Amino acid sequence: MPVMDRLKKISGTAAIVGVAESDEIGRTPDKGPLELHAEAGRNALADAGIDKSEVDGVFTAGYSTYDVAEYMGIKPHFTDSTSVGGSSFVIHIAHALAAIQAGYCEVALITHGQTGRSDRARAGGNPGLPSAQYETPYGIIGPPVSYSMACRRYMHQYGEDKTREAMANIAISTRKWANKNPRAFFYDTPMTFDEYHDSRWISWPFHLPDCCLVTDAGAAIVITSTERARSTKKGAVRILGAAEGHDHSLLHQMPDLTMPFGRNTGPQALEMAGITHSDLDLAMIYDSFTYTVLVTLESLGFCKPGEGADFVADQRTAPGGDFPLNTSGGGLSYTHPGMYGIFTVVEAVRQLRGETGERQIDDCKLAMAHGTGGLLASTGTVILGRD
Amino acid sequence: MADGYNKPIPIPQPESDHYWEGAKAGELRLRHCDDCNQAFFYPRNICPECGNNNTSWIVASGKAKVHTFAIVHRPPHPGFMDDIPYVPAIVELEEGPKMATQLVNVTPEPEAIQIDMPVKVVFESITDEISLPKFEPA
Repeated sequence: MPVMDRLKKISGTAAIVGVAESDEIGRTPDKGPLELHAEAGRNALADAGIDKSEVDGVFTAGYSTYDVAEYMGIKPHFTDSTSVGGSSFVIHIAHALAAIQAGYCEVALITHGQTGRSDRARAGGNPGLPSAQYETPYGIIGPPVSYSMACRRYMHQYGEDKTREAMANIAISTRKWANKNPRAFFYDTPMTFDEYHDSRWISWPFHLPDCCLVTDAGAAIVITSTERARSTKKGAVRILGAAEGHDHSLLHQMPDLTMPFGRNTGPQALEMAGITHSDLDLAMIYDSFTYTVLVTLESLGFCKPGEGADFVADQRTAPGGDFPLNTSGGGLSYTHPGMYGIFTVVEAVRQLRGETGERQIDDCKLAMAHGTGGLLASTGTVILGRD
Repeated sequence: MADGYNKPIPIPQPESDHYWEGAKAGELRLRHCDDCNQAFFYPRNICPECGNNNTSWIVASGKAKVHTFAIVHRPPHPGFMDDIPYVPAIVELEEGPKMATQLVNVTPEPEAIQIDMPVKVVFESITDEISLPKFEPA
């Protein structure tokens, strides 16, 4: 088990100093995934005011770090291709904190790039993986099918109508935030409750607006020691807590379809940061599906199991509500290229710096960013604080 | 191979040959840990609970109950285009483990399928080597 005394000692010793998206996000048919990595990496370094030659730690998922580093012309001394789905990039933050603290590197660059929208060719499955024998032959392929099965179980335990109301509330509130973010895919497209309920089924119980977008996009994060961070262009957003883990890979192996691994990473990250839920000004929670948000809020301990519907009721998570959630518009309405986790961190940092214009929340000092990867399988939670 | 079968087909692996041979013969075979005295899924030589190799094969009763399901309207793979809406499910076997499958001989509508509904295994032959265990109302 993680050793909390030691984690508390490194809390806040490294900081995020640069965040960026690729030049364009949404639909970029003229750009390949590695180009999006490189663009975002360059932009994040510019945001930090740090030269590429100073990067000595590289982190990525989906591709190997040697592909990304070669493409960008970086020769790192610390390399980490931990790839556990969309949470990977949040998990990389914990690894960067540990590597910087231990002395393996000084400037860590985490990159992401995917062309989920333009590149519709699906990679063939590896026949050696259990999923190829025990799930895909049944049409249990891709996240919507699996997550909708998990959601049906939740409905059985806590009530179908209540669950549906929560899913609608999350879809609508997230869209309202996207309507305030010029870079959001659905910036110009509002959505009403009627439109939500009347939309087509993808995999019952999921309507189309219960499912995230499929876009092209890249993003990157630059991390260095807090000491050095304080002299960078935009200053330090300190990494106060960071936790990671997983408890299955195939959905049917998940111990409880209504309780993902955030049950461990949420409390661990908060304890490491020395804060509680009520101290947070912002939560950025990976929204691959509306259900993901509902079940993640419960697992992280914002409310008790089965109480998520009450927690998000009455548009409490929308602009003007008292629990700002996924203020970029999230994977549901802003962007989701496949592994979205890094974008939760990009938005959290921008909110902490006060850079988010019309959607800026008041006096944002502490934020949580939480990634979920695979089939509700891996989670990474970070607590970030304005210096 | 059944004419025009264009869905993903399992390729048996060393630890699962016996499972797929069983399915072809109309048996749902499970791994059983003789130290933990419990069955587990999916087939592995090493028990995921205790890590020992003291594992054997048992033949499951084929009885199960529905743990959860979905009704897929947008096919995630071209092979399922003609099957929509279809009903992927997780069932809890009488012996304890859960497995992923598909429900067949059910009306693909939310009201027609109940969680905890009793189901039993049926085998769908898709190639000369492979039959898929699916489940229908018991």
